[in-house]
Amino acid sequence: MIQVEDLYKKFGKNEVLKGLDLNIDKGGIFAVLGPNGSGKTTLIKSILGMVVPNKGSIAVSGISIKKNWKYRHEIDYLPQIANFPGNLKVKELIRMIKDLRQMPSEEERLIELFQLEPFLNKKLATLSGGTKQKVNIVLAFMFDCPLLILDEPTTGLDPASLIHLKALIQQEKNRGKTILITSHIMHFVAEVADEIIYLLEGKIYFKGTIEQLKTKTNQTDFEHAISAIASTPTDA
Amino acid sequence: MLKILKYSFYDLIRSRWSYVYFLFYLLLGFVLLFLNNDVSKAVITLMNIIIVLVPLIGTIFGVMYYYNSKEFTELLLAQPIKRSSIFLGQYLGVAGSLTLSLVLGLGIPFVLYGLFKSDAIFDFSLLLVTGAFLTMIFTALSFNIALSNENRIKGFGYAVLLWLFLAVIYDGLFLMSLIVFKEYPLDSFSLAATMFNPIDLSRTLILLKLDISALLGYTGAVFKQFFGTNQGLIISMLMLTLWTILPIWRLVFKSKKKDF
Repeated sequence: MIQVEDLYKKFGKNEVLKGLDLNIDKGGIFAVLGPNGSGKTTLIKSILGMVVPNKGSIAVSGISIKKNWKYRHEIDYLPQIANFPGNLKVKELIRMIKDLRQMPSEEERLIELFQLEPFLNKKLATLSGGTKQKVNIVLAFMFDCPLLILDEPTTGLDPASLIHLKALIQQEKNRGKTILITSHIMHFVAEVADEIIYLLEGKIYFKGTIEQLKTKTNQTDFEHAISAIASTPTDA
Repeated sequence: MLKILKYSFYDLIRSRWSYVYFLFYLLLGFVLLFLNNDVSKAVITLMNIIIVLVPLIGTIFGVMYYYNSKEFTELLLAQPIKRSSIFLGQYLGVAGSLTLSLVLGLGIPFVLYGLFKSDAIFDFSLLLVTGAFLTMIFTALSFNIALSNENRIKGFGYAVLLWLFLAVIYDGLFLMSLIVFKEYPLDSFSLAATMFNPIDLSRTLILLKLDISALLGYTGAVFKQFFGTNQGLIISMLMLTLWTILPIWRLVFKSKKKDF
């Protein structure tokens, strides 16, 4: 699904990615974790083609993404901060994205699920943070793409919506999709993720299941295992 | 690209400022025509306003639109759309709606006044064409500035400085150099210097099409010889086109390499 080879990226003098290799070839839920500034968002944005790497190659579904944009038909993306053009109505935004992608979509079900009907005719600038995030989720989940990238999907959600979101993620996984998630909420990660990809200083420091992580760090609790991992000598 | 263009265009057409801009020209056209009672004179007065105002509005609208639609751009970048389409579409949306406001706002009063029966129709069309060119040029320049500056305040400042330079300072420097080097023949120098500033180029082009170039003295005669002919007109139009294409090209080129 995704092959990343020897990826380098620096912003000015700040080297964010330093020779990152990543290979994901099956479906499932992959949590991309790491301390602040470890390059999670940069990695995701590189895969999306929003950030242009200095060196290295990325392929999605076996196609190199360099000078290519059609591969983004395969990707649904949930951005970290839901920033939308404020003078558009929710309905118009959804219609516009549908028009731009020209793919079958199932937004009605999601609008109902997140109870967004009362907001459809409201302008995006007037919505609260949580409601914006729900719109964001609708936009990301309404198409049927084999790769789903979720950057901090839980931000601002109320408990009921969070349960819906988890159910949605499981549903998509059962359809055989590859799902990349970044999050700082460890309970959420422990609940949904099949595999952990831990970034540290611009490289992949650990990749494996939560069980493997616990054994490796000799911790019984996932949250402690994650915070202990950076101090564990690497042999992987 | 056409879809992005469509959305940017509708977005702008719906915004209050496009109407204000349109109504301003409409009002200006009517007032000038009824005060002057003469199409040719109205064209001259209009020229003086357009030459300064159109670049300013193009610059400010361009910068403002780019920064305001940043979120929209980021949303689009994750969609299966070519990068150059996103930026070209947005640019053409801004430049197109501004040009439309200009052409309609001035066109309506002049047509109502009886433009088609007057002999100033060529001068008037030339005025609108240069106005459209200036809009395209300055919107493209301001998009370039905004693309290269993450900081809005800086970008805005540079854009206004650019306008100030081309609209005012350039002329000052030009005049000073004419005074300093008055011992030398300056006709080719001034021709070239005019070519390198789209505002000066537009002004000279229109002035010399109107029959007031006799006031301009010897250099005026040289200019008249150059701009007054069809060849001069074609070369000037080519220069304006070049002024439009180069910033657009840089916009596409830079946008491909930028990180978001």
